[in-house]
Amino acid sequence: MKMDLIQPFIGSLDAVLAEMMNAPVAIADLTMEEEGYRKKGLAAVVAFKGQIEGRIILDMEPRAAAKVAECMAGVEVNPSESIVREAVCELANMVIGNAVTLLNDRGFQFRVYPPELLTEDQCAKIGSDSEATVLSFDTPAGAVHLNISMRYRSRRSNERSTVAVG
Amino acid sequence: MKPFEPLARKRDGQPVRYLIVDDSVFARKSLAKMVENFGGQVAGEAGDGLTAITEYARTQPDIVLMDITMPQMEGIEAVERIVQEHPEARVVMVSSVGYQENILAALQKGARHFVQKPVKPEVLYEILRYVLSDEGVPAAAGAFDGRTR
Repeated sequence: MKMDLIQPFIGSLDAVLAEMMNAPVAIADLTMEEEGYRKKGLAAVVAFKGQIEGRIILDMEPRAAAKVAECMAGVEVNPSESIVREAVCELANMVIGNAVTLLNDRGFQFRVYPPELLTEDQCAKIGSDSEATVLSFDTPAGAVHLNISMRYRSRRSNERSTVAVG
Repeated sequence: MKPFEPLARKRDGQPVRYLIVDDSVFARKSLAKMVENFGGQVAGEAGDGLTAITEYARTQPDIVLMDITMPQMEGIEAVERIVQEHPEARVVMVSSVGYQENILAALQKGARHFVQKPVKPEVLYEILRYVLSDEGVPAAAGAFDGRTR
């Protein structure tokens, strides 16, 4: 996977998380994964199709997810509350939407689908068919992981199916 | 959140009524909190474009805050249908996906403005103030002011 495709996601997560948590974040690790996906905390998946297609998973330690939910909602929340799961989906939507905006402005066209909370059943299906890049970020409230799997589509199929919406 | 000078309707000084359209309950609540902080009232909520059309007809809001990526019917199509039926409708797009083609498509269908998520309250406030003023016409030159880069 080309680094210039991944860079917008790093920048977007960095900027959105820092703003949401009102604290600095830092990249802790970058790895490759080929095995089935194992959730580390609360995770949301966003799929996209177009000239590049794939999916991104935002996976957060429950404490980090609760911190983001608190900052977004403006009230104290318990990590087990449903509002925290909603917050993870909305954060994934923002991070991926902002990154896709940058990629689109560079000439790539996508259709982005609404975020879905990742269940254990879905995890088993993910990862077996493609290699993923995993970026781990440290935040004051715990780790946040971004699992990115995407691939170029052939030019001919792009011409048939690319729709620029999102 | 810092206090804002309340926004009121020009014609009668009453609070501005909002229809908030987003498939994320969390995003709807977050926007509701912001507009209430601006002195507004939430007239209705919808989780998809199709429901937004019926909710608009039912609630007749002063402003619609409309997401783009939603199930069933996306925001840009919903804007088109709302504006066709209600040419006076003031719709502000609120989306994390903010590339130029999307913004232009929304403005061409009748949206008045665009703000990219994550929404900064002070940015949304200024956009609402602009859209509620007489100068708030479709496809205005300031259409890209709300983008975060």
